[in-house]
Amino acid sequence: MGVFGLIATAGHQLTGPWSAALRPPISLSPAALPLYSLRTTARMLLAMVASLIFTLSYATVAAKSRRAETVLIPLLDVLQSVPILGYLSFTVVFFIALFPGTVLGAELAAIFAIFTSQAWNMAFSFYQSLKTVPLDLDEASRSFRSSGWQRFWRLEVPFAMPGLIWNMMMSMSGGWFFVVAAEAVSVGDIQYTLPGIGSYVACAIQNRNLAAVGWAIVAMTITIVIYDQILFRPMVAWADKFRSELTAASKVPRSWLLDLFRGSTLMQFAGRGIGAALHGAATARMQLRSMPAALRHMPLLQRLADLAWYGFALALLGYCVMDLVRLAGHTLSWHDAAEAFFNGVLTLLRVAVLIIVATLIWVPIGVLVGLRPRLAEKVQPIAQFLAAFPANLLFPLAVILIVHYHLTPKIWLSPLMILGTQWYILFNVIAGASAFPSDFREAAASFRIRRLRWWRDIMLPGVFPYYVTGAITASGGAWNASIVSEAVSWGPTKLDGMGLGAYIARMTEAGDYPRIALGIAVMSLLVIGINRLLWRPLYQFAAARTRLD
Amino acid sequence: MDAPPNSIIDFHRICHTFAKSSGEPLVVLADIDSALRDGEILGLLGRSGSGKSTFLRIAAGLIKPTSGEVLYRGAPLAGPSEGISVVFQTFALYPWLTVLENVEAGLDALRLPRAEIRRRAQAAIDLIGLDGFQSAYPRELSGGMRQRVGFARAIVADPVALLMDEPFSALDVLTAETLRTDFLDLWVGHTLPLKTVLLVTHNIEEAVLLCDRILILSSNPGRICAEIPVPLAHPRDRLSPEFRAIVDEIYSTLTLRSLESIGSHGQAHGGLALVLPRASVNQMSGLLETLAAPSYAGHAELSKLAGTLVLEVDDLFPIAEALHILGFAELTGRSLKLTAAGRVFAQEATDDRKRLLREHLLRFVPLASHIHRVLAEREGHWAPHLRFKAELEDHLTPRDAERTLGAVIGWARYAELFGYDARLRRLKLGTG
Repeated sequence: MGVFGLIATAGHQLTGPWSAALRPPISLSPAALPLYSLRTTARMLLAMVASLIFTLSYATVAAKSRRAETVLIPLLDVLQSVPILGYLSFTVVFFIALFPGTVLGAELAAIFAIFTSQAWNMAFSFYQSLKTVPLDLDEASRSFRSSGWQRFWRLEVPFAMPGLIWNMMMSMSGGWFFVVAAEAVSVGDIQYTLPGIGSYVACAIQNRNLAAVGWAIVAMTITIVIYDQILFRPMVAWADKFRSELTAASKVPRSWLLDLFRGSTLMQFAGRGIGAALHGAATARMQLRSMPAALRHMPLLQRLADLAWYGFALALLGYCVMDLVRLAGHTLSWHDAAEAFFNGVLTLLRVAVLIIVATLIWVPIGVLVGLRPRLAEKVQPIAQFLAAFPANLLFPLAVILIVHYHLTPKIWLSPLMILGTQWYILFNVIAGASAFPSDFREAAASFRIRRLRWWRDIMLPGVFPYYVTGAITASGGAWNASIVSEAVSWGPTKLDGMGLGAYIARMTEAGDYPRIALGIAVMSLLVIGINRLLWRPLYQFAAARTRLD
Repeated sequence: MDAPPNSIIDFHRICHTFAKSSGEPLVVLADIDSALRDGEILGLLGRSGSGKSTFLRIAAGLIKPTSGEVLYRGAPLAGPSEGISVVFQTFALYPWLTVLENVEAGLDALRLPRAEIRRRAQAAIDLIGLDGFQSAYPRELSGGMRQRVGFARAIVADPVALLMDEPFSALDVLTAETLRTDFLDLWVGHTLPLKTVLLVTHNIEEAVLLCDRILILSSNPGRICAEIPVPLAHPRDRLSPEFRAIVDEIYSTLTLRSLESIGSHGQAHGGLALVLPRASVNQMSGLLETLAAPSYAGHAELSKLAGTLVLEVDDLFPIAEALHILGFAELTGRSLKLTAAGRVFAQEATDDRKRLLREHLLRFVPLASHIHRVLAEREGHWAPHLRFKAELEDHLTPRDAERTLGAVIGWARYAELFGYDARLRRLKLGTG
């Protein structure tokens, strides 16, 4: 929170003498879309590369250093709960100020927004993996006297790979939403547009061009499908060898592209050189001289270093809090806090109702689909695609409907929040039902357990852990989406559904930094609170209940 | 301190303790003085929890002992060192590397040119009988083949000392025998530059089959309680009288240790310091019925029981000890003798078994009668699990306390003496 305070202060000072409008013209012709898609995809890729670098360094430091761990991991936990679109306004100001007058700052701001939507869960997954490297493999690597560098590439990265790839996929699918939102931004006087699908849609909305929205949806669909086929399928198929279980899998993931690559001599030839170089780099010792053993085993020195480190961390935290209080004291009153909090409760209510509705709809459907393997095989990729599809592209359609039928925005804008994220519930439940042991089902059938008892005693407890995983993602996504879905527009028509998301969106448009920060703070607190009080206990309960040993 | 001329690794007064969150640290190894000599296979035999794997890791430089000194060829050992290799019980192969790559990983630290790495890995693979499997991933291999990779990886760097941590215990009986024979062939034929081997095991016959000298480690804390030389020439015959005599001698030593431990801990702290063996009522019933059968007529030698029932030391001893503690059988020397109560138990049906077990629990297991008394005195006749665990932790390690409580709850549930509600984590009188 304090960090945002600092950025906000910086933002304040920067925006005074400086305002910018970088708005290259956006063509609404469908012919322009392939190029726009390419640029959007390029942003996604760059953000993914940045996320990977961040993951490999941040999580490694956190896992290896006891001192860093006590600071980095709670920080990551908080960062994970902060609504990304909320602080976009701060980062935009920051990056544009770094590169004034050029498009580079805006590009970096957009990439940074996508990065923040991808990096946290990847870093968490990598950190968890590093912490759970099997003891025997660790001892084996130590008994060969591998250097830290060799260990990292030979043992730790491969061990973490399956979890990392899965999280990269989840991050990617979440990322489309943010890339669309981050391509056309206006914060107070600062306005920028980056050529891409997101800005295309923003332009279409401004011009009330429904056909263009349709074209954008088509382009996005194609982009996501191509991306999946060219990047993720081959990656998942390739990463299959990193599975740690020593048993052979019943179903090996395949990719036509990888098969093609592996089968072609030319590619093999090109690949071998790169492979050998990488192998050489990974097995080089790269040993740094470690601290003298005598120094490491002096408890007093250790204690002093601990003290200094925690002292430093606390001082920094204290400074940030002071700064925040000073900033807030200047501009904010208790009335503002109450208003933000009231809006927060409204959004909380929406999220709760929507999750319940989505649960009632998708859990039974997910179970029924999951129990039919052939159907599940067809539905699962569609559900995953829908989860990846940026729902904000569909918002204009909703606005048209609401305006046309004169519906209350307060109620009818709400479903937009969960439009994109409900699919996480569906595909997790499908996965749970597919993984449900068939002997349990057969036992239930042979004892003729039916209807209500079947759902209550057999199926729902069986998919519960999967459901919780899906619901956590869905609710987190809904909070994030509230910022773009509680206040939407169609040309000059503006609909405001109230709520914390709408509050943040309004303040962003006005460039009112202290109140944006306040909104983000309230939202973060609500999200953290709900995670701690509801989701985490539920998750632990689910994990404990379904264990047999 | 000069090492004896023919020893490769020397251990001087090795002690190892694990810090506990509360109370005194747990002593795993106490005062171990020994040496791995040139030209021998040294066996380290002990029950699980006797610290034998810890000892192997200290010898490998993977763990630093709390006190004492390890000398490798006369110089203090600081961390994993060139010339010492480890074979792991779980194989510890990298699942994402092929057989060839896994073996090459054993050479990572040596900074050899690529061609040389490839050549040496290939040679090790040939020697260990893995030719043709180079490009296979470990998950495609059977357990025996996986452990062969483990061996190839261990010998590829031409070690002087090979440390093997229960290398055959994760394999089925026949595969294990094949690997043992193949290993002996390499050792006896001096195919490798290997000078000494440490074999950690809980399989008595395996130790007698392979080793030239066997150290027996007692549990809690781990101490060398006997050294048994095996002066038999290879190949050894499991059925020869000399072989059987050594096996029986080891059983006698282990039994004696068990009885001493039950005796001394059974007396101290009102009997609450006694770690109860993890043996289920079904296992005890099975052993009692076997003993009562006409072929044994109530009396059997442990080595014979282990052979017929295909039980290893770690399986057989806990059950025998449980029967001994409960007064259903008596451990003497190297055999197990049925008591009168044990004979009745073996013959009766469930309800009478329950009654008999209930009586014996109250009479012979101080912890059971203690819990029963506390529950009876309490209002509502229940008490939290934590209450007894905390009490046990005054005398035992947290792990032993958990296990002991688990064992007594298992027996008491069968005897319907008291029950345990896992959801509320409380013990309750009666079956409830």
